[in-house]
Amino acid sequence: MDALMLARWQFGITTVYHFFFVPLTLGLGWVVALLQTAWYVTGRDVYKRLTKFWGKLFLINFAMGVATGIVQEFQFGMNWSEYSRFMGDIFGAPLAIEALLAFFLESTFLGVWIFGWDRLPKKVHLAAIWLAAIGANLSAYWILVANSFMQQPVGYVLGQGRAEMNDFWALITNPHVFVQFPHVITGAMATAAFFMLGISAWQLKRTITGEERDAFRISFRIGAIYGLVATVAVMVVGHGQAQYMMKVQPMKMAAAEALWETEDPAPMSLFTWGNEPERRDVWAVKVPGMLSFLAYNRFDGAVPGIKALQAEYERTYGPGDYVPPVKWTYWTFRVMVGAGMVMALLALLATWQVWRQRIEGSRWLLGLLVPAIALPYLANSTGWIFTEIGRQPWIVFGLQKTADAVSPNVSAAEVGFSLVVFTLLYGVLMVADIYLLQKFARAGTMGSVSVEGSEQPGVAPVGA
Amino acid sequence: MFDLNTLWFVLIAVLFIGFFVLEGFDYGVGILLPWLGKTDAERRRIINTIGPVWDGNEVWVITAGGAMFAAFPQWYATLFSGFYLALLLMLAALIVRAVGFEFRSKDRSPAWRTTWDALIFFGSLVPALLWGVALGNLLVGVPIDQTMTFTGGFLDLLGPYELIAGLATLSAFTVHGGIFLHLKSDEPIRGRALRAIKLIGPVATVFIVLFGVTTYLWTDAFTRLGVDPGLTPIVAVGCMLAAGALVHRERMGWAFVMTSVALAASVITIFMSLYPRVMVSSLNPDWTLTIYNAASTPYTLRIMSIVALVFVPIVLIYQGWTYWVFRHRITADTHLEY
Repeated sequence: MDALMLARWQFGITTVYHFFFVPLTLGLGWVVALLQTAWYVTGRDVYKRLTKFWGKLFLINFAMGVATGIVQEFQFGMNWSEYSRFMGDIFGAPLAIEALLAFFLESTFLGVWIFGWDRLPKKVHLAAIWLAAIGANLSAYWILVANSFMQQPVGYVLGQGRAEMNDFWALITNPHVFVQFPHVITGAMATAAFFMLGISAWQLKRTITGEERDAFRISFRIGAIYGLVATVAVMVVGHGQAQYMMKVQPMKMAAAEALWETEDPAPMSLFTWGNEPERRDVWAVKVPGMLSFLAYNRFDGAVPGIKALQAEYERTYGPGDYVPPVKWTYWTFRVMVGAGMVMALLALLATWQVWRQRIEGSRWLLGLLVPAIALPYLANSTGWIFTEIGRQPWIVFGLQKTADAVSPNVSAAEVGFSLVVFTLLYGVLMVADIYLLQKFARAGTMGSVSVEGSEQPGVAPVGA
Repeated sequence: MFDLNTLWFVLIAVLFIGFFVLEGFDYGVGILLPWLGKTDAERRRIINTIGPVWDGNEVWVITAGGAMFAAFPQWYATLFSGFYLALLLMLAALIVRAVGFEFRSKDRSPAWRTTWDALIFFGSLVPALLWGVALGNLLVGVPIDQTMTFTGGFLDLLGPYELIAGLATLSAFTVHGGIFLHLKSDEPIRGRALRAIKLIGPVATVFIVLFGVTTYLWTDAFTRLGVDPGLTPIVAVGCMLAAGALVHRERMGWAFVMTSVALAASVITIFMSLYPRVMVSSLNPDWTLTIYNAASTPYTLRIMSIVALVFVPIVLIYQGWTYWVFRHRITADTHLEY
């Protein structure tokens, strides 16, 4: 593999890995803040225990997000120096603002929250977790401003060998960010909801009694309703996002549907076995008119196909291959949407059980919800792989190709080495992370203090 | 001729000062951890002295990286692609260190804790060394061609001058962290911290003097037209000596102020010697990156200036407040809630 391909793999692996942790931070922060607010208002001990329980899992996850986030801030310069030179005038701004407005806020106040339990007035301590949650979600907005520029460049002029910002307001009110940010935020909420549902279901399947049962029933209820609202919202905004994509990145949509020819009305593919080099179907099952409906809310209307768009882009941008890897785009899109639909169904069933006050009534649903924790992670990862691969060959749509963006002075051997280092390091850390998460999830809301035992003054750790 | 390019050069210097002074003691505490904490409870107390603040401190360098990208994208691109393997090493160190702080106490197994403590140690030591090496390289110059591309390799970054700079930051951060630890802990950690400070303090002073002398002899910092760093290097050395005297009288609060000023003055010296350059080319002075040829457009600089001038003071206020909240010593009686 050449340095370009290795650098792309590295960016993909490190970014998808980073985004394993980000959505849970975004979505669970609100829950922890709400639980603590409930404790502040009602004074009921169960809310304090729940705040600490979900807060502990939140922090384990947060640490991984912070640690892997450092790489994100630096690797544009490391592996994508030509991108940084060409786009830095625009792209650097939201990144710096993200650090200044959001990272300082979330990391400082999370530190205050962790260590401020007995030291701060309750109200101030409560404010700290809210500020941390707000900071985290603010950071998502700024990084998506940066990503939206790559999908749909706005607020720039082409200057001396680079793109130059000429309208900051246009950059931060990019129409693209207003479809992308809600999709990411609601997806993050769904992630947190299924995390809560899965762990609560696992706890409720065991024989736990009394206060512990109450605590996880509360968690289950929150998770079910949060999950239903979030999965419905993520679909509604996702639908809007797809319609918007039709307008600004039709090639991505055509590749997502493996739609080789322009069709009117256009069918939606349920399953396509295609021949990518020859750009034709081998075997496919399609729903007539459905793609037109998804694109325009009516059962007719032309949806441009890959071949027509390729011809159009050649006229606009000169000779070249403007078709993204269709297999990747097609399948990641389907996995994302499929995972989302299963999640919506499960959230609906869970809410139904909550409504009937029969949470433990259906053991098979509780059993299903435990592995279902993986579904939002699958959807989040495939969603990003889809949106980034579907933009290829561009790194910034219409302005710069990925092949022109890579650092010319970083050799394939160097990238290969760093790729191996990051992959191994991240793999080992994932094992440690999952070990801790499952351990604290099992410990429940009463047992989560047990590990602190050896930290009592004067007690040596030996043999602990 | 104080323009926005200069303002951003100053702002990035300020971010590095904030980073050196704040994260400097974090690194120092991490480096001293295995040596000063004999029992698990002691090591936990040592980590808890920086527990509430290290993450906020680390954001200083992330912001510095973002600010370089926004204000001087060519600098960002040349520096980070050029120092690729060194940066990889630093990132790996920072990752395991950050995870270590959060994970080490969450399992009782001694092997688990020993492993994370070791990772915190190396994760603090490596960046403490490499930041000095990196800043030394900016000033002494590295092979940069006419397209602003770094053409050297990893070993080009490790000349004697850069190593002296690295050992200076490593030893100075360790002393700085030792003094912080002395301020924030009680016996027996305090006594051990004091011995460590007395041992490493002179070493740090020697390296800072050596760095000043070699900067004078081996770089053009003091000879070329530009901003004369004037008294700042003298201030840095003077503060280190003053810190030493204060340590012997156990006036640790003032000693901490002195090491802070010494670190700040060292950063200021480097940035003043650089100005208006940001990365010196050892191949041809015309290929050197400056705050003009590496900069963003005036429009972007203006936008970013407004953002920075509004939000940097706000950040300083609330970070300052957290230091006030957590100003107390961590003693054996302190509840280690975490």
